[in-house]
Amino acid sequence: MSARARFVLAVVVLVVLMTGPFLLTALLVWVETPEGARPRLVELIAPHLSLGALLTVFGLAAGVGVIRALFRQYVRGLLRMVENLRLMLGANRGFRVEPDGPPEVRDLAQAVNELAEQRDALLTDVEAQIGRAKESVEQEKNRLAALMSELTQSVVVCNLDGRILLYNSRARQQFRALSEAPAVGGSELLGLGRSIYGVFDRSLVAHALETIQQRLRRGAAQAQANFVTTTRAGQLLRVQMAPVLAAPADEDDPATSVQSGPAASGDDAAGQRVVTGFILMLENITRHFETESRRDQMLHDLTEGNRAALANVRAAAEMLEYPDLQDDLRERFSGVIRDEVQAMSRRLNDIATEFADSLKARWPLEEMLGVDLVAAMQRRIEARLQLPCKLEEIDESVWVKVDSFSLMQAITYLASRLSDEFEVREVRLRLCGAGRRAHLDLIWSGQAMSTETVMSWELEPMRLEGESTPLTVRDVIERHDGEMWLEREKVRHRAFFRLLLPLATPQAEVEPEVFLRGESRPEYYDFDLFKWSEQAHALDDRPLSELVYTVFDTETTGLNPSQGDEIIQIGATRILNGKLLRSESFEQLVDPARPLAPESAEIHGITEVMLRGQPRIGEVLPAFHAFAADTVLVAHNAAFDMRFLQLKEASTGVRFDQPVLDTLLLSAVIHPNQESHRLEAIAERLGLTIIGRHTALGDAIVTAEVFLKMLPLLAEKGIHTLRDAREAAEKTYYARVKY
Amino acid sequence: MKKKILIADDEQNIVISLEFLMKREGYEVTIANDGEEAVQRIRETRPDLVLLDVMMPRKSGFDVCQEVRADPSLASVRIMMLTAKGRDTEVSKGLALGADAYMTKPFSTKELVEKVRTLLGG
Repeated sequence: MSARARFVLAVVVLVVLMTGPFLLTALLVWVETPEGARPRLVELIAPHLSLGALLTVFGLAAGVGVIRALFRQYVRGLLRMVENLRLMLGANRGFRVEPDGPPEVRDLAQAVNELAEQRDALLTDVEAQIGRAKESVEQEKNRLAALMSELTQSVVVCNLDGRILLYNSRARQQFRALSEAPAVGGSELLGLGRSIYGVFDRSLVAHALETIQQRLRRGAAQAQANFVTTTRAGQLLRVQMAPVLAAPADEDDPATSVQSGPAASGDDAAGQRVVTGFILMLENITRHFETESRRDQMLHDLTEGNRAALANVRAAAEMLEYPDLQDDLRERFSGVIRDEVQAMSRRLNDIATEFADSLKARWPLEEMLGVDLVAAMQRRIEARLQLPCKLEEIDESVWVKVDSFSLMQAITYLASRLSDEFEVREVRLRLCGAGRRAHLDLIWSGQAMSTETVMSWELEPMRLEGESTPLTVRDVIERHDGEMWLEREKVRHRAFFRLLLPLATPQAEVEPEVFLRGESRPEYYDFDLFKWSEQAHALDDRPLSELVYTVFDTETTGLNPSQGDEIIQIGATRILNGKLLRSESFEQLVDPARPLAPESAEIHGITEVMLRGQPRIGEVLPAFHAFAADTVLVAHNAAFDMRFLQLKEASTGVRFDQPVLDTLLLSAVIHPNQESHRLEAIAERLGLTIIGRHTALGDAIVTAEVFLKMLPLLAEKGIHTLRDAREAAEKTYYARVKY
Repeated sequence: MKKKILIADDEQNIVISLEFLMKREGYEVTIANDGEEAVQRIRETRPDLVLLDVMMPRKSGFDVCQEVRADPSLASVRIMMLTAKGRDTEVSKGLALGADAYMTKPFSTKELVEKVRTLLGG
């Protein structure tokens, strides 16, 4: 019963109490008075009736006034206080109740305020502690993430179900090469929460894990397993696998061992540490392997390829030794020898040219930017020899393949002898590309020395102040499969040593896009996945917060898929463990194979020129399908986008049969009384600022952020699982409007 | 009676020398330029010895050897395989398929002649 109703009731009771006894008495007197005496009674009472009524009304008014005052103070006042208290409980912790009204209420308010003080003090303390703990965890995580991203080896960490919970940017680059759909850049293979079995055969990984566990049982210090495998895209990978072991403290915790799955069970009984996941270190050896095979091929060509020819020559030569040989036969045998030897020479030359790269010495050379190398040399010469060193033309595009340390030693050594023995007061460096080699020149003004001197400089062990090495300049040159000579520039009265160095193919700088998206660092890890397990219940009963989502949006030529409108762009991003993974997104333009209405460009900013040469939907959809595999699809007004996808099922053979959630319907569930459920309106309601809208990816990201904001609101409405969400959405009005 | 030798090799430059050498040793020589021709000639002329190259077009020396050994009526034909591959696995294969001797190119013609003599019983 509401407060107002109770007030009305109280007034009614008051009226009944004040007038009831009076009326009842009057009635009794009336009934007991004999018939004849009644007119007299009326006559006697009538003149006083008005006064009585007036008094009664007066009393009533006073009574109502008292009730109202009491009501205001004790009911309304308390109600107000309750609202304020709720505020204190939730939204505004700092709020305090104003002591107001009668003393009892004031005391209550006072007590409540004191309680709140106490609670706040406690909370602040706890929060501070949590904050400190979080900070240190975050710091460690960041340190780890930084470490991982600097590694030049690609690293992927998985839990026992093969779900990826950490990878570094190197791995990301590598998977780009493995992807069968390069447009997506491998993010359909490598992503947090994705299965590594999309790349590697499940049984292969299981076998390696078993090997590791055997080694662990035997007490091996380093339980690792190695395997080489080919990927679907035909790349050759060498994989090193190491176990992730649970911290020793976790051993006693039965929950951990249960969670870590069947493969680990039983191990802890023997006092072993439980494997909770594994680390994969990957190396793409496709190119390496190709070089090796070329080398083998060359060796084979050089040996086996010449056996037959040699046999022919040898036999013919031996025939020539017979004294009884007739002239025409002698001529024929000589002819055989001539032909075969010529053919062999040709072959040898061909092989030498073709395999020139493979014939290089195998000293491990590193690829570096020529500019960096020269700058380092300059610094070293100036610092070690106090000899001014200037740079002349330096080709900034040149990458060289060098053993930089020994090469710097050699250049510094040469410069030191120039300065010591020829009183050279300044040297210069020059670097340029020349065919398959780079020219590195050490230049000085003045006289050139004799060839003998150069020879001795080349062949004597290099000696520098405080540093001596058995290496000679010649050794260093040979290490690089290079050459060195002295050249004179007579006109300018100077001379230089020219070193021929091997060129390297320019290395792609670290993908800039990886760093562009997302805030500070891309989301490369999620250790919460360690707690995941495949045996999980059907998707339907999983909490919404635990699911993996692909949030997507499409741009189209128009609004009527059934009348030939086509998708021209798909953008998508992923949500995992309640976090938006911006760095794992999908964005692809699609050639619609039909003209584009010019006015549509105003909506999405996509022009026909941009679509020229883009892949067709038949190529893009399978890639997107792979990207969205094993996830729940989310889109704003999903029915529209799904309709486009469904119409392509027959022609592409790709079916999107995973569950779909629609942020428009969910918004209608949360705020049934709001007029607009446009994406902008929802975003504004939920306090999101929108940037980059109206590209497919931009919209997908906004949708994802909206969806994440909705999850707690849905939970307040008792919507926790995927089933709850779907059922609630189906009941909304908007769900009944179909495309 | 002269012993008959079949030289089966697709490389003319070795056939010249082998033919000269074998004729000089007093054998009657026929020539086959590929694997199929070799089988045909073996059936026609029933040579005492075949100098059989492994790498031949149409049918490899191994196939020829196997076919000859599968035919009991050709049991008296000796086979010496010549190969331009140095792997010992090939030697084992040749001998396992029923070759009587095996020589790897390049070889000494003197050795060849001696082996032929031994195979043909002096």
